Amino acid sequence: MNWTLIRGSARRAIVCAMLLFWAAFLAGCKHPSETAELDAADPQSDAGKETVATADTVDVKSCDGENTVQVAKGLTGQAMADALMDQWQRNHPEANWVTEEKEKHVFLPPADNSALLQGDQGKGHVYGNFTERDLITWAREAEKFVAEGSRIFHSGDELGSQIAVSCDMCHPHAANTHPETYPKYQVQLGRVVLLRDMINWCVENPVRAEPLDPNGPKMRALEAYIMAQRKGTVMEYGKH
Amino acid sequence: MATHPSVETKYMEERRELFHGIRNLERRSFLKVSAAALGASAGLAYPHSFTPVSVAQGAEDTGSDQAFRFAYVSDSHLYEKDVNDRFVRGLLRAVDDVNNLDPQPDFVFYGGDLAQLGQEKELELGAQILKNLKAPLRIMVGEHDWYLDMGQKWQELFGDPTYSFDHKGVHFVVLNSVVEADFWTERNMTPMERMMTVAGLDNSLQSPFTVGQTQRKWLQDDLEKLSDDARLIILSHSPLYKLYKPWNFWTDDAEEVQAILNRFKNVVVIHGHTHQLLTNRIGNIHFHGVLSTAWPWPYAPEGMPELTIEMSRPDPFNPNDGCGDGEVHVHPDGLVDKIYNLWNRNPVSVTAAYTASGGSDSVPPKPNRPSY
Ligand code: HEC
Repeated sequence: MNWTLIRGSARRAIVCAMLLFWAAFLAGCKHPSETAELDAADPQSDAGKETVATADTVDVKSCDGENTVQVAKGLTGQAMADALMDQWQRNHPEANWVTEEKEKHVFLPPADNSALLQGDQGKGHVYGNFTERDLITWAREAEKFVAEGSRIFHSGDELGSQIAVSCDMCHPHAANTHPETYPKYQVQLGRVVLLRDMINWCVENPVRAEPLDPNGPKMRALEAYIMAQRKGTVMEYGKH
Repeated sequence: MATHPSVETKYMEERRELFHGIRNLERRSFLKVSAAALGASAGLAYPHSFTPVSVAQGAEDTGSDQAFRFAYVSDSHLYEKDVNDRFVRGLLRAVDDVNNLDPQPDFVFYGGDLAQLGQEKELELGAQILKNLKAPLRIMVGEHDWYLDMGQKWQELFGDPTYSFDHKGVHFVVLNSVVEADFWTERNMTPMERMMTVAGLDNSLQSPFTVGQTQRKWLQDDLEKLSDDARLIILSHSPLYKLYKPWNFWTDDAEEVQAILNRFKNVVVIHGHTHQLLTNRIGNIHFHGVLSTAWPWPYAPEGMPELTIEMSRPDPFNPNDGCGDGEVHVHPDGLVDKIYNLWNRNPVSVTAAYTASGGSDSVPPKPNRPSY
């Protein structure tokens, strides 16, 4: 199962639902200033309850065609959006997993690209014109990839260890993994290897698990985490 | 007090004393002892009838200012045997090592983290294996032993984690230095979530280790009767200084503990937790780490003490490399030679002369390759 994908589609669903609401609101709402009946959408008051449409609420089906959300009639747009967000978050308690992973296993932030926003943004060039939003997207997505690696690195279950061993037990914060020294001739293997080969060696031996697909999502995420932890280190392939 | 009065230990103790006794024997008592030994070996008497051996205990066991040695085993991180056999084999090997020491050490000190996740079965397995030690056991608690049930099972097996004892004129103090402030209630963690958090060396949701006010007060009181030139050895799981906070190679109230130890001429602190050769000295206090039987840890990326001669990088292709056990030779002045018995390498001895000279004399051999 791929977390990123699930979350992506769930997010799309919620955005769709919000758009629907705005449409409903603009078309039919008779009292735009009224903010009554927020209770019906209060996350505390209806948490865990089966929602049943009453005279005071409306059912709205989100674009995935499966989820139905109920919101009080007569809400303002913002309140409706908040209500939907609350509901979505209740259904997805793991939604903050990146923040949580970062808090638990602190890793370095991606490079600061804010200099790109300074000065004369390329006149007459489309490529190279960046907005703050671009920078936020890059950082968020890169971090998410690394967080996924961190999650796997720290979990014997994710790695498929038969002896309940994870990488962090021997490599806290990915210490002593030296990604900057690859490719290098690994004496014990008798050939030149890439970082992923050595990762898989540790997966099979100290961790005692089936080797990972070298191009699979887990290996890619592990590489991402390990590389990210050596930010600022000089690349020195072949170093022993 | 955390010794094992098990049948096996008692038997081994008595056996050891018998042979010790035989060595110091005068002619007349020989018959008495050998009769007992004969009885035992012929199965006529239960091993406990070794009692007459106290016969020739000379001044050796009562006097002060003597040299003696004890062994250490530490950080085995046991899972249940069918979950992980590798770590179990590590501890078994260490027990064999220590049992093969001849002459036997006065006692064996276990440095904490017997279990990986503090589970009853893990601790029981550890206790069972340690019962095979011939020499008496002194044991200390580590964070992996504690944070599932907050020490309940460990204490049931081994008693109070904070205690002191005297041996051949040296005052030994054993501390629980892994006291963490409550980070779990606020986060609504289950006991296992709390345990898993503490078990992650690089998990920063947990609090820093401390000795804590209660134990500091206890320590102060416990040491009160000692003169400033007393021989004093403190055993703690975390290093009683501040090395590297992100991995809890750290004791948050280290300065307060050091202040209590300040008045003594020499103090030796021996600690577990760091799984590596580690040497430090802060004023009168000489610090030594111990090896793990499970896996070696990388050195902290910053703040390494100057006196430490780092072992070179472990071989990932040999799960025993960088692991081991060892011995502590206590000198009449209270300082120690710390022997690291590395399983896949030559043993390394970090001597009293080395720490006392601040690193200029008797320098341990530098490894052939960097630790990096
Ligand atoms: C039981 C301990 C242990 C575990 C668990 C472990 N490793 Fe290792 N690994 C080592 C040791 C020891 C080395 C050698 C360290 C050194 O070179 O300083 C090493 C080396 C490596 C290297 C090569 C370092 C270099 O300098 O070339 C990589 C990459 C690596 N490990 C990744 C991993 C990953 C990823 C995992 C989890 C899947 C993992 N290891 C789990 C012990 C372990």
